[in-house]
Amino acid sequence: MSASDALFEPRKQRRALVARLFHAACVLITGGAVVVLGVLLYRVWHDGSELLSLEFLDRFPSQITPEKAGVKSALWGTVWLIGLTAAVAIPTGVGAAVYLQEYAPRNAFTRLIQLNIANLAGVPSIVYGLLGLAVFVRWLRFDRSVLSGSLTMSLLILPVVIIASREAIAAVPNSIREAAFALGATRWQTVRHHVLPAAAPGILTGVILSMARAMGETAPLIMIGALTYIRFVPGGTHEAAPGLAGWVGWFGEAIRDPFVVLPIQIFNWAEQAQPIFHKLAAAGIVVLLTVMLILNGAAVVLRAFWQRKQP
Amino acid sequence: MLPKSFMRSVIVVLVTGLGVSAASAQRLSGRVKVDGSSTVAPIMMAAAEMYGEQEPRVQVTVGISGTGGGFKKFLEQRADLRTDISDASRPIKASERELAAKFGIEYIEIPIAYDGIAVVIHPDNNWCKDLTVEELRRIWSPNSQIRNWSQIRSGFPDVPLKLYGPGPDSGTFDYFVEAIVEKEKACRNDYTASEDDNVLVQGVTGDKGGLGYFGFSYYVANKSRLGLVAITGEGGKPVKPSVETIRNGTYSPLSRPMFIYVNKEASYRPEVKGFVNFLIDNAVKIVEHPTVSYVGLSSELYAAGRERFAKGITGSVFATPDAAGKSLEQVYLGR
Repeated sequence: MSASDALFEPRKQRRALVARLFHAACVLITGGAVVVLGVLLYRVWHDGSELLSLEFLDRFPSQITPEKAGVKSALWGTVWLIGLTAAVAIPTGVGAAVYLQEYAPRNAFTRLIQLNIANLAGVPSIVYGLLGLAVFVRWLRFDRSVLSGSLTMSLLILPVVIIASREAIAAVPNSIREAAFALGATRWQTVRHHVLPAAAPGILTGVILSMARAMGETAPLIMIGALTYIRFVPGGTHEAAPGLAGWVGWFGEAIRDPFVVLPIQIFNWAEQAQPIFHKLAAAGIVVLLTVMLILNGAAVVLRAFWQRKQP
Repeated sequence: MLPKSFMRSVIVVLVTGLGVSAASAQRLSGRVKVDGSSTVAPIMMAAAEMYGEQEPRVQVTVGISGTGGGFKKFLEQRADLRTDISDASRPIKASERELAAKFGIEYIEIPIAYDGIAVVIHPDNNWCKDLTVEELRRIWSPNSQIRNWSQIRSGFPDVPLKLYGPGPDSGTFDYFVEAIVEKEKACRNDYTASEDDNVLVQGVTGDKGGLGYFGFSYYVANKSRLGLVAITGEGGKPVKPSVETIRNGTYSPLSRPMFIYVNKEASYRPEVKGFVNFLIDNAVKIVEHPTVSYVGLSSELYAAGRERFAKGITGSVFATPDAAGKSLEQVYLGR
């Protein structure tokens, strides 16, 4: 062994052993997580598959004939909740991120805002429930409605949306902005045509992750009073008058309706005594996971689409 | 006595008959907001569903906030946020009655069903057939040192005792502790506690030295996996819970009544009136439905409830101090 070999390979065997051990540990941890998830999915599928059918999606929960129960009210409640939450949280969150990253001066005040946003991301969700109860349900008199629920959820996910969007916008190379300015583009044109498209995949990832969180969240919704057994969907009991005005009126009524969401319906079933309800809970979990899978899948597809559009 | 009760039932039949014919002449619509105990919820959900078949344009929503949480929404300061009906696994408390008086809320109290609390063991436990209230008190009292079956009664084998029971947020906990330990919220805390009765079922089925308690319907749903303990109360004889012993009151002290409280003002609304009358008229069918599996009251008690509702008699019969410990028959029928 020459002197240079000794220089480059001190305690080589021991280092190689540590490297292999680390590799094995990583495989073990990942494998363990996948196995646990697999067992969980298998058990849920095993318990719930016999009740799963397309009708399961289109039937209301039932106490007296549980074998003919379904998740219609909960599924539509979740769709309304997530739809409204997205409509409120995405423009607000991305707008705040653009302002903080592209427009706001770097001073103590904006640093304070950023610190607060980071802190808000760690606040327990029940606190948002209390806030929603006080502000939306009571003060603004939205009652225990899907509107109150989605505004509360919007507050809950806003910090995550803002942080993820800021990270994505910050990752856009400055040379792109400078090139746009050099060609005479305004700040708005730069943001609209160059920064946002380049940051879109990252923003989208953050948005989808926070939507998935909103979909599985229950504590704040229980706080504002969504733990409810209902046999109708928001808007399902109102007639829309013809024309745009009629539709807007219907929408206004629908968002003031009480609602239930999938996790709460699952909880309601899992708590009951008879085994048939536990099967219903398992079937409900399969539906919730499928909706999440569709959402996450859409994110992957959209991200690939945006990335391909990049020069 | 006989002619009076006969007259009463004639009046009741007439009143409800009129109600039904008026309802069928004109379809009702509107919303009925129900909230309260998770124990009573299956009754209200089944009732809401059956009523929906009769009156499809009335939407009954059932919230599950617990008995105390339900009363908070029932006795809400803002009238527009109040629920119409609160379902409860215990009578309304003094503090809640004060709140009602403060906000000027009048309510009609109607007993609706019984629930038994089953004391259960592992099915392989062949030594414990019955326990006395006194033995249960020694097991569950605060700072109890009993950790082995042999400490409960001489003759029981040397098997470690593992306890399972609901947590302190549960109405079942409140009732059990008050009936057994007789001190509110005073109970040992070194046991496996869960608000979900299914978790307790799992616990006792997996533990040969296990002892637990929870709602009778959870025992019925898991009969084959659990052993049932007979309870020796004041009667001196061990009694197992069953539909009969819970209904006739011999399974004492671990059977409890459940109630609904109807907001008086809301009771004038036809959809609320229709729903409550439907619930009382079909009560036995609803509460003893296999997927609800509670125990119905006697027909006299339902008649008394129907009459209280028809006459709009407000307030709780449990407001007087001497009502404590009395049966429903004693407080509602004066027997």
